[in-house]
Amino acid sequence: MVVFGPIGFGAPWLLAGLLALPVLWVLLRAVPPAPIRRRFPAVVLLLGLKDETAQAQKTPWWLLLLRVLAVGAMIVGFAGPVVNPQAKQDGSSPVLVFIENGWASAADWSARISRVRSALEKAGQAGRPVAVVVSGDLPPEGLPFMAAGAWGGRLAGLAPVPWDVALSPAVDVITQSEAEFDTLWLSDGLAQAARSPLLRAFEAHGQVEVFQSPAARLGLRPSTFSDGVIHLTALRDAPGPARDVVVAGIGPDPSGTLRVLSQLPLSFAPDQRTASAQLSLPPELRNRITRFRIQGIDSAGAVSLADDSLRRRRVALLGGASGREGLELLSPLHFLHQALQPTADLLEGTLADLLRASPDVIILADVAVLSSPDQKAVAKWVAQGGLLLRFAGPRLAASDAGRDGEDILLPVRLRAGGRTVGGAMSWGEPRTLAPFSDVSPFFGLNLPEDVTVRAQVLAEPGPDLFARVIATLADGTPLVTRKTLGDGQIVLFHVSANAEWSTLPLSGLFMQMLNRLAVSTQPARPVADELKGTVWVAKQLLNGFGQIDVAGDRPGVQGTRLVQAPADDLPPGVYGSDDRRIAVNVIAPDRVLAPAQWPARISPVWGGAPRARDISGWVLALALGALALDIFASLVLTGRLRGAKGLTAGLVLITLWPHPDMAQAQAQDQVQDQALAVQDRVISAAANVTLAHVLTGDAQVDRVAFAGLTGLSDELFRRTSVEPAPPVGVHLETDELAVFALLYWPVIADQPLPSAETYLRLNRYLNAGGMILFDTRDGDVAGFANSSTPAAARLRTLARPLEIPALEPVPEDHVLTRAFYLLTEFPGRYIGRAVWVEAAPSDAPLAEGMPFRNLNDGVSPVVIGANDWAAAWAVGASGAPMFPVGRGLAGERQREMAFRFGVNLVMHVLTGNYKSDQVHVPALLERLGL
Amino acid sequence: MTPQPIPLRSRAEGLAAHLPPLLAEAQHLAASVILGEHGRRRPGLGDAFWQYRPAIQGDSARAIDWRRSARSDQHFVQEKEWQATQTVMFWVDRAMSMQFSSAADVPRKADRAAVLALAAAVLLVRGGERVGLTNMSGAPKAGRLQLDRLARALEAENHAEDSAEYGTPDANLLPAHARAVFISDFMGDMAGVRSALTKAADRGVKGVLMQVLDPVEEAFPFQGRMIFESMKATLRHESRMAGALRDQYQERLGARKDALWSLAQSVGWQYHCHHTDDTPAPAFLWLYHALERPR
Repeated sequence: MVVFGPIGFGAPWLLAGLLALPVLWVLLRAVPPAPIRRRFPAVVLLLGLKDETAQAQKTPWWLLLLRVLAVGAMIVGFAGPVVNPQAKQDGSSPVLVFIENGWASAADWSARISRVRSALEKAGQAGRPVAVVVSGDLPPEGLPFMAAGAWGGRLAGLAPVPWDVALSPAVDVITQSEAEFDTLWLSDGLAQAARSPLLRAFEAHGQVEVFQSPAARLGLRPSTFSDGVIHLTALRDAPGPARDVVVAGIGPDPSGTLRVLSQLPLSFAPDQRTASAQLSLPPELRNRITRFRIQGIDSAGAVSLADDSLRRRRVALLGGASGREGLELLSPLHFLHQALQPTADLLEGTLADLLRASPDVIILADVAVLSSPDQKAVAKWVAQGGLLLRFAGPRLAASDAGRDGEDILLPVRLRAGGRTVGGAMSWGEPRTLAPFSDVSPFFGLNLPEDVTVRAQVLAEPGPDLFARVIATLADGTPLVTRKTLGDGQIVLFHVSANAEWSTLPLSGLFMQMLNRLAVSTQPARPVADELKGTVWVAKQLLNGFGQIDVAGDRPGVQGTRLVQAPADDLPPGVYGSDDRRIAVNVIAPDRVLAPAQWPARISPVWGGAPRARDISGWVLALALGALALDIFASLVLTGRLRGAKGLTAGLVLITLWPHPDMAQAQAQDQVQDQALAVQDRVISAAANVTLAHVLTGDAQVDRVAFAGLTGLSDELFRRTSVEPAPPVGVHLETDELAVFALLYWPVIADQPLPSAETYLRLNRYLNAGGMILFDTRDGDVAGFANSSTPAAARLRTLARPLEIPALEPVPEDHVLTRAFYLLTEFPGRYIGRAVWVEAAPSDAPLAEGMPFRNLNDGVSPVVIGANDWAAAWAVGASGAPMFPVGRGLAGERQREMAFRFGVNLVMHVLTGNYKSDQVHVPALLERLGL
Repeated sequence: MTPQPIPLRSRAEGLAAHLPPLLAEAQHLAASVILGEHGRRRPGLGDAFWQYRPAIQGDSARAIDWRRSARSDQHFVQEKEWQATQTVMFWVDRAMSMQFSSAADVPRKADRAAVLALAAAVLLVRGGERVGLTNMSGAPKAGRLQLDRLARALEAENHAEDSAEYGTPDANLLPAHARAVFISDFMGDMAGVRSALTKAADRGVKGVLMQVLDPVEEAFPFQGRMIFESMKATLRHESRMAGALRDQYQERLGARKDALWSLAQSVGWQYHCHHTDDTPAPAFLWLYHALERPR
């Protein structure tokens, strides 16, 4: 390829054709355009006439120039011009592309992949075999050199891994290989001990080119919580000028969508590698945060997952009524206070108050019996996932709780009395604890020697006792028993919570046991000893780009492994065991990032050579355009395009010319204006009685519904004291429903189904007392179709997820028949179809002398009919009715009845069963003529 | 498209429908034995009253007009005006140059000429005259059948392939003291026209020269490089800038028209130029007035 400056030519010998252009010029100049032949009988009169101008008509110079340009552009186009041609690589040895895919390479991963692609193209053009090797996934046997084209499809499968990848295994693989190759090393820029050996290994095989971004790599240390504030520290690998980053705390909001709950700006001082700040949040917000992330960086190192260390559990403490003041050390709650104060939010109070505060754990210290409603409430709370921790004590020992049968709030049946060991009146020494079995949650905890038990409550032996014991004394006596109840569990320590019966509450083991039971959470990172013996399962995993992946079925991880660095067998994420959560983050709490050091002979490049672009297509398109213009110009010159033909050609050109799409910008403005208008409407709807209709998507139906509700509002204005605001069309998905008194829903056969959230809102609306008036509008054909018209079928589908009670046709003594007017029929545009309301209770009595039963204390949530009320109520802009109802005077009477039904309905919605009151009975009896 | 005889005739009859029957003027006629509607302003056989003359020996008793005779002592006989039919001969140029039309919505010159000729023939036949074509076999006759013959003859000429490039008027078979109508574009040789007119004038034939031209032949709206060819491509002229030729061409055209007009004047004929994109009615009106008896 011959290169002229920034443009190279693939077939440069074609450019010799450009030499022929002057010859072309002369030829084109000499050849005038072809004449038109015409039949002309009067040619006898022309014979002998000579043209006035003596010179031959030549092609105008600009047309010549255009033609020469077209030919020249075609020659250049066929010569294969390429912008930014790759300089020819010297050497034809194979190329090794070594990609480091640790977490630090994720931030600019796409740039790396495009660099690899251009290297593959270059190698493909030169015909050199290529091997693409990823540092995290080294090929087991030798370097796989293949044709460059074979690697193109595999590039998409490469991804960064969310942990640090060591380079030392690569050193072995490279030194073992004996081939000669040049290396393109895409380094992630962090310092590693194995980097210089690897560089030497590469240089032993050929030339090395290093590709590394000059930007600093950022990381985020795990968040810590102490003194009520969250401490966040960001790291960068190279000191540099001052820089600001923003760390966002992400978690679910009350409706469940993930959003940024809090943001904290951190600023790196010049030449500093760390930036710290503190974030103070209310506990509710803090408990919800799931991760912190440096905004703008897509790498696993910039994400710090939050676990239990950020969350404080709510622990409710309840001791028996202690009448002994001043003896605090003997109080059963004292030691629990001391143990849990720093790490949990403690609640104290009466049990009812405590339950209402929804604690995570309830501790009953030496409480024997609870009152029956309290017991039921606690049992319900436990069944919903709470942990009930009970301690024994003198009162429990003296009571008969759980002696006869198993108490619901005790994990085992207890023996009467207790056991005193090693006391003044007993034989033997105080007992020590036995090592914990491997099914116990305490498995792995170290037993200090000074934990002894002097007295305890005994468990009744039984068939299920063994399964429920989680800690025993050295002689096998159960010390701690546990049972599950629903989603929660009940744990009983058979000793007291103070130091009277044992020294357990005085020891560190107590804290650890409480930890293991997830009663308290640790603010600090757990050490390996505390996690010994536990197995953790991944709940959420982080991928290389810092995104949360669903954790599939992965084997459990030993607790001791959890505190070590993440790797292939321990990918970063949130790991859980029972109720505890521990986060494994990419960056350790004490990590410091350092940039990679390269020797002077290696200068890393970034950006690489710009990709060669083949512009022959553009040049040929230019030539074609010039030729098209030439055709047009020739036509004009020879006079063939004149008059109407020229005009049409010009018009065609103008209409086909692309013009910017301004309509889209306008539409966006309109949408914004509409959104604002809707907000105002909702606000004004809340201030007045407003009738609303559901927008179905069919413009005609919506128009009629709007007009109908307008007509009804006008009638209400005239006849009653209800003064409604103008009706509103409601988008079910977006608008707030609670402000509307009545929701009119015209059902059409192809109405789109609302989403699940919309159904939630509709149900809430119905439960809060709203009414939906469903109108299938096919009263004229509904009788023939036997209630299986398309609109009726659609209504059934629409209404299925709604919480609608049982329905029945309106009985004669329903309050709708007398809420304002006395009605017997509820016609709309059609008459005769049944109207369905909430079914009355079947046992409603009819009292003596009352013309109606006392039905339906409230408002029926739905009224369903087919009589097309909106069309009967609809008035046009002038106030005249829009649609005919019936025929003649009878039709007008029917319209009047329709309006009366509407008024009745609105009155019923607003006043409920007011007219069912006994006060109205005499008047009603009089009106009814009874 | 050459029109069929029947539609040609019906079109021609439609054109002539609104005009009164045409009466040709006779200036001086040789004695003839055939009677027609034109009065000769002399006593003779006829229907219209001319004058009274005294009866002479040899008049039949029936011929005496007794009313006039009763006023005096002599017997008088009514003399009728000598009425004789007129002959009108048509020559419609059917040469190749007449088969030209410049646009699809402009009829060919030959078609327009045929329409005009046949329309005039219709009126003449209605007025009782005799009509004929100069190249038709058989004497000119009156009657509707003659119109059919005329139409058929005009149609048949249309299908002749080896017609000449330009037509020359045929004055060979013109009866004396008849009328002639020459409809052509007169692009051919002027000498032929001159000789025909001279011959016609020798016989005492008066007539009309109607020149039918295409609008492009009049306006010459051509630009750029052009090769002009006659209809049979025997003549061609090449021009590199046709627009520049326009003035000269129109000068020549005007000269030819003037020549035609002066030629017609010299032999007592009339000349008119008609363009095919105009409606034929004005030209026909002119033709009617030209053949009308002068008052």
